[in-house]
Amino acid sequence: MRSIIDVLDLSAEELDELIATAQDIIANPSRYAEVCHGLKLATLFFEPSTRTRLSFEAAMYELGGNVLGFSEANSSSAAKGESVADTAKTVSCYADIIAMRHPKEGAAYIASRAASVPVINAGDGGHCHPTQTLADLLTIYREKGTFENLTIGLCGDLKFGRTVHSLINAMSRYAGLKLVLISPEELKVPSYVKQKLKDEKIPYEQTTDLIKVMPKLDILYMTRVQRERFFNEEDYLRLKDSYILTLDKLANAKEDLVIMHPLPRVNEISVAVDDDPRACYFKQVLNGKYMRMALILKLLKEAGKINEY
Amino acid sequence: MNIDSIQNGIVIDHIAVGRGKSLYDLLKLDELDCSVALLRNVVSSKYGRKDIIKIDRELDVNLDAIGFISPEATIVIIKDGEVVEKKKLELPAELVDIIRCHNPRCISQTEQEIPQIFRLTNPNKREYRCLYCEVKAKI
Repeated sequence: MRSIIDVLDLSAEELDELIATAQDIIANPSRYAEVCHGLKLATLFFEPSTRTRLSFEAAMYELGGNVLGFSEANSSSAAKGESVADTAKTVSCYADIIAMRHPKEGAAYIASRAASVPVINAGDGGHCHPTQTLADLLTIYREKGTFENLTIGLCGDLKFGRTVHSLINAMSRYAGLKLVLISPEELKVPSYVKQKLKDEKIPYEQTTDLIKVMPKLDILYMTRVQRERFFNEEDYLRLKDSYILTLDKLANAKEDLVIMHPLPRVNEISVAVDDDPRACYFKQVLNGKYMRMALILKLLKEAGKINEY
Repeated sequence: MNIDSIQNGIVIDHIAVGRGKSLYDLLKLDELDCSVALLRNVVSSKYGRKDIIKIDRELDVNLDAIGFISPEATIVIIKDGEVVEKKKLELPAELVDIIRCHNPRCISQTEQEIPQIFRLTNPNKREYRCLYCEVKAKI
């Protein structure tokens, strides 16, 4: 049974296929309105994530399907001590596909081994969040028209930020990529990510100065310094305000810069930036729903639950 | 220094110097009721110095564990006082229940009865990563 745990579970061709499907859904939503009629998506959210859960649910409803699930571990049998594998086996009896968010890294993989229906990883701790990367990719493609020859600035928490590592993995497949890694010393990308960039001969520079590198960026990907990734509250408080994007800092940016953020935002992008035409983070949210629709369709088709779409 | 020769048992030879004790612990050799000798810092014509473990009993040892701790080691099987087999080792592609994941956020810390599995991700650096969370093993 095909599941998606990591964005690298999808080949470059499959990513192209998902982007093509998402674009067709955007152009012809009514054609897809009943494709999943009679099918159920289970959203198993062992930790709260309103955005991702609602996106999956909206995606399934817009495909004509139904949704069941829970939105926190306390309201599931996990609170009674049930294993992830047992939950996945049980839910496989009720649903045709599972989207799962869990605070433990590797939980979605465990679920995918136990489930008899496809499992989509909707985030497993600091490990992977493939559908966020799918949202990012569709946003880049729709805004730039290509994945090639782009200079991408990644700013903020590059150490714990799984969306950043995942986006680097996905974009490293495309020619002409240049990365600018902007972070405080404490939150630099891990050495294994840098090693991967070296191995794959992807040019990158590391800096602590956002303003200095702003003019060269085609895409600026801001990230949140996440409280839940720190063991120590003092470290979190000291670093959370390190990089805040304001209109002033955008003065030297390209006119066609694409500003992205996986959201939720705490304060790392000033609200004043929202009205700038280069701000694309709410478009990213919408694109996430379309890509989740495309992914649900692909996995249900591969599982033999639906025919051509 | 003389150690009695073995009649029926195993010699783990050419263990990288300093790793004999780790291997002894990992294989839980202290739990055996036969004679076991751990020789450290032995002069070796091949490696300069090496560690050796001699076990005076026929035993199925975990070759993956030995390969993981010291892939340059040689396993020598002895029967009736004669060497009957020598096995060269290499880094195992996968480790099952040999080491534990140290990542407190890994699902393997809490999920019931799942094996601790690590995969060799970089042979040159002897780098293993947890199958579940992909965090690098601490060796």
